[in-house]
Amino acid sequence: MLDYIEYEDFRAEVKAKVDEIVAPHAAAIDADDHIPDEVMKAIGEVGWFGALAPAEYGGLGWDTVRYAIMVEEVSRASGSAGVMLAVQGSLVTYPLQKYGTEEQIKEYMPKFASGEVMGSFGLTEPGAGSDAGNTKTTAVLDGDEWVINGQKCFITNTKRDWPVVCFATVRTDPDKSKGVYGVSSIIVPVDAPGFNYGRKENKMGLRGSDTSEIFFEDCRVPQKNLLGEVNEGFKIFMVALDAGRISIGAMALGLGQGAFDLAVKHAENRVQFGKPIGTKQAIQWKIAEMATKVRAARFLVYSAAALKDAGLPYTKEAAMAKYYASQVGREAAYDAIQVHGALGYDKSYPLERIYRDVKLDEIGEGTSEIQKIVISRNILQLKKKK
Amino acid sequence: MDFNLNDEQKMMRQVAAEIADEQLAPKAEEMEENREIPGELLAFLAEQGYFGMFLPERYGGAELDFATYALTIEEFSRGSPAVALVVSVQNALVGKPILTYGTEGQKEKYLARVASGELLGAFSITEEDAGSDAANVQTTAAKKDGGYVLNGRKLYVTNAGFAGLFLVVASTDPAAGGKGLSCFLVERDAPGFTVGERFDGMGMRALDVRRLEFKNCEVPADALLGAEGEGLKIALASLDGSRIGVGAQAVGIGQQAFNEAKKYAGEREQFGRPILSFQAIQFYLVEMATRLEAARFLTLRAATLADAGEPFSAEAAMAKLYASEAANFCANLGVQIHGGYGYMKDYVVERFFRDARVTEIYEGTSEVQKLVIAGKLLKG
Repeated sequence: MLDYIEYEDFRAEVKAKVDEIVAPHAAAIDADDHIPDEVMKAIGEVGWFGALAPAEYGGLGWDTVRYAIMVEEVSRASGSAGVMLAVQGSLVTYPLQKYGTEEQIKEYMPKFASGEVMGSFGLTEPGAGSDAGNTKTTAVLDGDEWVINGQKCFITNTKRDWPVVCFATVRTDPDKSKGVYGVSSIIVPVDAPGFNYGRKENKMGLRGSDTSEIFFEDCRVPQKNLLGEVNEGFKIFMVALDAGRISIGAMALGLGQGAFDLAVKHAENRVQFGKPIGTKQAIQWKIAEMATKVRAARFLVYSAAALKDAGLPYTKEAAMAKYYASQVGREAAYDAIQVHGALGYDKSYPLERIYRDVKLDEIGEGTSEIQKIVISRNILQLKKKK
Repeated sequence: MDFNLNDEQKMMRQVAAEIADEQLAPKAEEMEENREIPGELLAFLAEQGYFGMFLPERYGGAELDFATYALTIEEFSRGSPAVALVVSVQNALVGKPILTYGTEGQKEKYLARVASGELLGAFSITEEDAGSDAANVQTTAAKKDGGYVLNGRKLYVTNAGFAGLFLVVASTDPAAGGKGLSCFLVERDAPGFTVGERFDGMGMRALDVRRLEFKNCEVPADALLGAEGEGLKIALASLDGSRIGVGAQAVGIGQQAFNEAKKYAGEREQFGRPILSFQAIQFYLVEMATRLEAARFLTLRAATLADAGEPFSAEAAMAKLYASEAANFCANLGVQIHGGYGYMKDYVVERFFRDARVTEIYEGTSEVQKLVIAGKLLKG
């Protein structure tokens, strides 16, 4: 697996496609707060919504390394499109394949894979951010239907002009002391009675990707919409989030790479004091530091993906990948702006968008602080007090 | 060195803090959204004397020192960094250079109106090929009929949208490079002068930053500020002063990010307790506060030197360099402590994250500050 060279042809193909179908729309996606149908359709045609879905259900059946490279390359052009594919892959099609019944997979997977339906992952609540055990949304069985009540917030992929299905984490055991061991995952389509959107969040970045509040008011779905077993929700969202950390890492990597590419071009072409600014040591060192950090982040992301593909434990490594790549992505965007001076701050140039977009990667799907908790818990063997 | 503020400085700081909290902060979001600072707010600041801070009383100025200027800009920036910059430019880059280099006639003509805020000003040196390489100004000012004819383009000119008076650096002797630059006082209605397209920035969107174009723009001989060939000197000396202002602005941005984060961390409960009780969050806040304290000291140190009539350009550059990095450090952690909420426009830290970024760029990038410091520190 020397330097992941065997994936370079694959990357080149994806990159060429991204440059054709995503990159030309990236600025408008941000400015208009919307991913146009044309882009959705084009992504659907190349199959990336179903990158992780098996071929028999309309997916591409890619391994996680290929999937990560795709998310990276899409994000290099557009963070908004990148996060959409990160969620659709890791948080939706992956847990569906792993925990769904055959009936559920047959019903939903082809629609997710084609992009006909966007999948969203309804975990966070106003009082349950880093503390997912504090989930207050409830689901109770009434005959053969689940009745869901509660509120979710910051839910990505709630594309307002598109059919959406939400995998909602809900409390199914009324005993609150059970914490995360009393929650389940339920598949809730947007047209279920009692599924209501609250406001669409007004975000700093990733503005083409809709993020919404969801209110469940006596929302009814069939009993068979339970994903996995009752009270298995914690296991399911942890598995999804482990995978999600790889894709958010890949997204940050792509954004960082995009910023770095712009910095290199500018350092070569911008002349001050009679020479390209790249002849100055201050700029050379910035480029060197960015390149080194981006390369290290890439190895962390691909390595976590490769561990997952090999069926080995990867929780700690995925957390490291997300924590490090998101930091590197932000720092690369920050330094790239510095190399550009005022141009980097100009909304008619893509860098400031990258800087706004990449900040989310240190927050969404578990903040950097949560990643450090995950990493340290997987390292430190602390003796419990007797 | 003593940073014990005197009574006047303390009082001025208090007044500025109240204005920031009561007048600026509540309007800040709307100003950013509308990309405009309301005329009434500018009139209020004018009435309170904030546009003639350095100017003598006989022009209606407040005759304040750099320390008070720094404290004021810091406090204003907690409310609205954009408004603070408008005030900083008017004082450090318009009023001060005219007072220092102007003839009696120029002072009589402009300073009372600058102090009253009737005449707001802008300062313009940067061009397409003269960014960090400020001496590479290509705009020319050729002598003609006892006056000058200006030709060229400028960009990133703060306050240009509403300014009535522009300090413009142009070359009177292109063969002499930086030594051939001169500074001109150009009025907005000068023939051949047009204020162009507005800059669309990531943050501080209430600022009105524009391009300028001079096409055979004729100005009279007495538009020259200082002597021919003194333009770069005037610009650099004025920027030394205004960097104290940007340093102070950065401290204010960082301080408000800290204030918001501390408040949020005290209120936000996760895992059954306020997140402020977690060591990681406490240490974030401690690191923010420590950098802010250092940045504030550097800024006041430069101000104190300036007030004592000592050289202060390296110290002002250090203040701007360090404080702008601290502002971004604090703004980033401010967002981080807020989690998902910090990424939303409903929370002040989202705006400060975007605003902070430009403090490391304008009025000389961090790299330019390092060049200034190296030039002073490593000489000989």
